[in-house]
Parts: sequence; structure tokens; C-alpha cells
Amino acid sequence: MREPAWLPWVRRVVLSLLAVFTLAPIYVMITSALKPLRDVQGPFRWWPSTFTVRPFVDIWHTVPLGRYFVNSVIVSGAATICSVTVAIFAAYAVSRYRFPGRRLFSVAVLSTQMFPGILFLLPLFLIFVNVGNLTGLELYGSRTGLVITYLTFSLPFSIWMLVGYFDGIPRGLDESAQVDGAGPVRTLFRVILPTALPGVIAVAVYAFMTAWGEVLFASVMTDDTSRTLPIGLQGYSTEHDVYWNQVMAASLVVSVPVVAGFLALQRHFVSGLTAGAVK
Amino acid sequence: MAQLTTTATSGVRGPRRPDTPARAGRPRSRRRTLTPYLMLLPALLLELLVHLVPMLGGVWMSLLGLTQFFIRNWTAAPFVGLRNYRLVVNVNNAAGADLLHSFAVTLAFTVASVGLAWLLGVTAAVLTQNRFRGRGLLRTLFLTPYALPTYAAVITWSFLLQRDAGMVNHVLVDQLGLAQDRPFWLIGNNSFVALLVVSVWRTWPFAFLCLTAGLQNVPQELYEAAAMDGGGFWRQLRHITLPMLRPVNQVLVLVLFLWTFNDFNTPFVLFGRAAPRAADLISIHIYQSSFVTWNFGLGSAMSVLLLLFLLVVTAVYLAAPSYWARSRRRSDA
Repeated sequence: MREPAWLPWVRRVVLSLLAVFTLAPIYVMITSALKPLRDVQGPFRWWPSTFTVRPFVDIWHTVPLGRYFVNSVIVSGAATICSVTVAIFAAYAVSRYRFPGRRLFSVAVLSTQMFPGILFLLPLFLIFVNVGNLTGLELYGSRTGLVITYLTFSLPFSIWMLVGYFDGIPRGLDESAQVDGAGPVRTLFRVILPTALPGVIAVAVYAFMTAWGEVLFASVMTDDTSRTLPIGLQGYSTEHDVYWNQVMAASLVVSVPVVAGFLALQRHFVSGLTAGAVK
Repeated sequence: MAQLTTTATSGVRGPRRPDTPARAGRPRSRRRTLTPYLMLLPALLLELLVHLVPMLGGVWMSLLGLTQFFIRNWTAAPFVGLRNYRLVVNVNNAAGADLLHSFAVTLAFTVASVGLAWLLGVTAAVLTQNRFRGRGLLRTLFLTPYALPTYAAVITWSFLLQRDAGMVNHVLVDQLGLAQDRPFWLIGNNSFVALLVVSVWRTWPFAFLCLTAGLQNVPQELYEAAAMDGGGFWRQLRHITLPMLRPVNQVLVLVLFLWTFNDFNTPFVLFGRAAPRAADLISIHIYQSSFVTWNFGLGSAMSVLLLLFLLVVTAVYLAAPSYWARSRRRSDA
């Protein structure tokens, strides 16, 4: 686009303001995590009076953060792997086959996005408890139950994004594989997936982030042993006091893995989204 | 593999009806039609288990007098028909009036949040469309709030918004002197503004991401042609950029609307179990009716109404453009 002379100035001002807005909480999170407790209890300070890494040591003792962390890694990791696998097959079917119910499936899956989580929270909770009573398979209060729940949260968007990605792969590739005698599953794994790898990675990142950040179901479906980070982080406030420096340190610790992963893969994410959105 | 099976089957059938070669193709076509369903099966089963069955369960529960007395044995809860619904739509009693208030707050909040998020997203996307030094870094920075886990980001905001120790009041009152008294942000009427700011902060990067991706598909030649015709910045924006973004916008606005309307995480982490009245979003309202007062029948009825509302909005939103296009075509003809 050719630019008028005033545009660079507008750009500098507007983008700077947006950058300040974006950065403010991140700045506070990082600097406060390095402050001693008295700095976060009194009036706000832009800079720590003395730098300390104590909060990063204390967070592991104030609450059993290590256990929550392990739980979150297991739950989010398992949910991601399952969700991506299921989404790959579903997206392949929608992208490569014309069958009765194809459109219905797409609409139905996307429409689950509009369900208010609160509507199926309690019935799901009851189903999990009953399945547990009937079969001995513990879903309530276990990581398995959370994995099953979370993987369906990311499923609709993952399928949608992957369909867009698969649609962009020329059918000639499938056909030449089929001429070589490959069935649908082999075609999918040998031809489609390697080509669509960036899209698959984008979907995996999305699924992981969804599971890692969910609060509502984590607050109801977990017990002491299966508690995950979103609920664990509330343990730093007692009745009298909130250890804000530790809260900020813990927030930083739980954010770094996902933010790093997302930012490292953001290029794939953008292209995956483009493929899904522009249809 | 597919071909092997096909030949084997047609080999069995072949001798019986040698004169109809079309028949030989049938097993393959059935195989073909079965394959996509098999591939969809896991996704379907999971969606059924986690979304559809519980949702129907929720509809059923909304017809029960499922109060705290029946929590242990919910099958014993009496069937009350539409009584829960009558209770929550009756604006003359407390439950109905509260729900209406919460609905109005949620609607105002959602419209404001989606509008602002879209505006910031499209502004930043257009301003970063052309290359300049530091563009990559800036894009990465803008996307960071989206990547942060909700609770970590929102808990940080709740620290920023603390009355005495928070950054926001420090800047507004101590440094800029815009107010005499330190305002409360997390209780009272200001909580609506606080919630809106946090929500926009969290969602605008997603709009930015989608719109940036959409802009990459606008052919450069269009701008060159427009520039040759003497079209300035605003005309290019109005006649090229925005129309080319329409497919992205259509999905983006709907998704943002649904996410924001149903958002539970942001108010829950910001305010805790009981939100201030000015920021009593509907998901929190229902959560509180269900888990604090233990009236699940009433909570389910409210959830069903919420779902119906979202269904209607989505259906109208999706149907409207094609309806307009059709009626325009009819009037053209």
C-alpha cells in the first residue's frame, strides 16, 4: 500500500500506545516477581527497592506448585495429543470426502463453540460420577476426566483449522499416492500430514493453550491430588494477606512455557489460521 | 489396500453376474462411503459424551426441582415442568429481575468488548501491513496477551487494579492527579470498566492475529491499481482492505461474540465467586445460582435460555448475509 506522509507518524503514536497497553501488566508481572514482600504491600513502586529471587523459591513451598505443575503438564499434554489425533482424522474426512451429513457435521461441531460451559458442567460432572460408580473407571477428580473434557474444547476449532489446511493441499498428491496403492489412512499419514505439518503444529499449540488456561472445569472436576495450576494459583492469598510477589512469580513460571511455545511457533499459527479462515 | 479388497470382493461376485460390471464397483463405493464416517467417529463420540449428552441432561435438569435437598440423590428430585422457567423469566420476582439485569450487563459488556477488540485489531493490522523496522518484534509483543494463560494474565490485572497497591491507581491518582480519592476497581460500578479493559486486553490480539492473516491474502496489485487511479489511503482502506477482510470479519466477529458472551474465566479470576452487581456476567450469575445457592434446576433453566439466545443470534447472523444477497438479487432481476 502506498502511504500518505502522515501515516508513519500515526503509526508510531498508535502502535506505541498499544504497546504500552499490552506491556503494562507484563512489566508489572516481571518486576513484582523480583520484589520483596513489603514492596508489593505498600504503595505501588515501578522498580524493586532491592532485587530478590526469593519469590521464585517460596512459590514452591507456599503451595504444592510442583504437583499442580506436573498435573497441568500431564493433563494438557495428553489432551493435546488426543485432540490433534482425533481432529486430523475428522478434518481429513471432511476435506476429502463428499458424504451425506458432511455439512451437518461441520455445523454441529462448530456450534458446540457456543454452548455455555456452565450448561454442561453439572450434567457432565454427574455423568462422570455415575460412569465411575458403574465401571470403576475414575473420571471425576481424576486427570483422565479433565483430559477427556479439555480435548473436546479444542476439537471444533482444530478440525476447522485443519480442514482449511487440508483443502489447500492439491488433490493430485492424494491421487498419485492412491495410484501407488496407498489406502486413505496411508495417504493421510504419508502425504497429507507431512505437507500440512505447520497446520498440525498450530493446532497442537492451540489445543495445549486451551487446556493449560481453563479455569471453570478445573475448579469443579479436580480434587487435592489432581488439582491443576489455575486453581493452585489461588492458594497464595490467605484471609489476611496476598503474597503478590509470589503470585506474580508463579504467574510468570506458568506462563513462560506456553508463551515461549506460542511465540516460537507463531508463524505456523498465523499460516494455519489463514488457511482455516480464508475459504 | 483398497484396491486389493475390491478386486477380491468383485472376484467373488464376478462369476454370478458377469454381465453387470457396474455391480463390481459397489463394494468399493460402500467402502468409500463408510471410511469418512469411521474417521469422524472418535470426534463424534467425544462431542456426544462431553457436549451433547450433558447438554440434554442439562435440559432435563432444568425441568426438575433440583435443590440442595436432592444433590446426593438427584434422580429423586421432583419433576416440576416449566416452573423454573416461569420463575426466571418473571421480572417481578428477585430471580427474574436479577437474570434480566445480568443479561443486560452481559450484552452491553460483550458488544463493547467485541467492538473495541475488533477496532484495535484492525487498526494494528492495517498499520503493520507495510514493512518497517521492528515490525516482527511488535507483532510478537501484540500476540503475547493471547498466549498468556487466562488466569495468570487476569490475576496480574487484579494486582494492577488493587486500590492501594495497584499500578492503575498509582498512575491515575498519584502521577496524573486525575482523581482525588483512590477509586475501587474490583468492587462497585467501576468493576464494569475494569472487566471491559481486561477483556479487551485479552481478546484484541486474537482479532489482530486473524486480521493480519487475512491481510496477507489481499493481492498487492489491487493497491497498485488503486494508487494509479489516484485513490488515497482512506479510499483504499474502504474499497479494498475492508471488503477483502469481510470473510475473516464474518467468522471473527461471531467467534469473539460467543467467546466473550460465555466468558467465565476472566470475571471468575478477577472477582472470585461473587461478581459485583455492575459486572455480574451471566456465566458467573448462573455459576453462583448453581453452586452457591445449590439450586441446580434454576441454574439449568437459565443456561438453557442462554443457549437458546445464542442459537438465535448465531442463526440470524449466519442467515442474514445470504438473505440480503438473495433479496438484492431478486430486486435486481
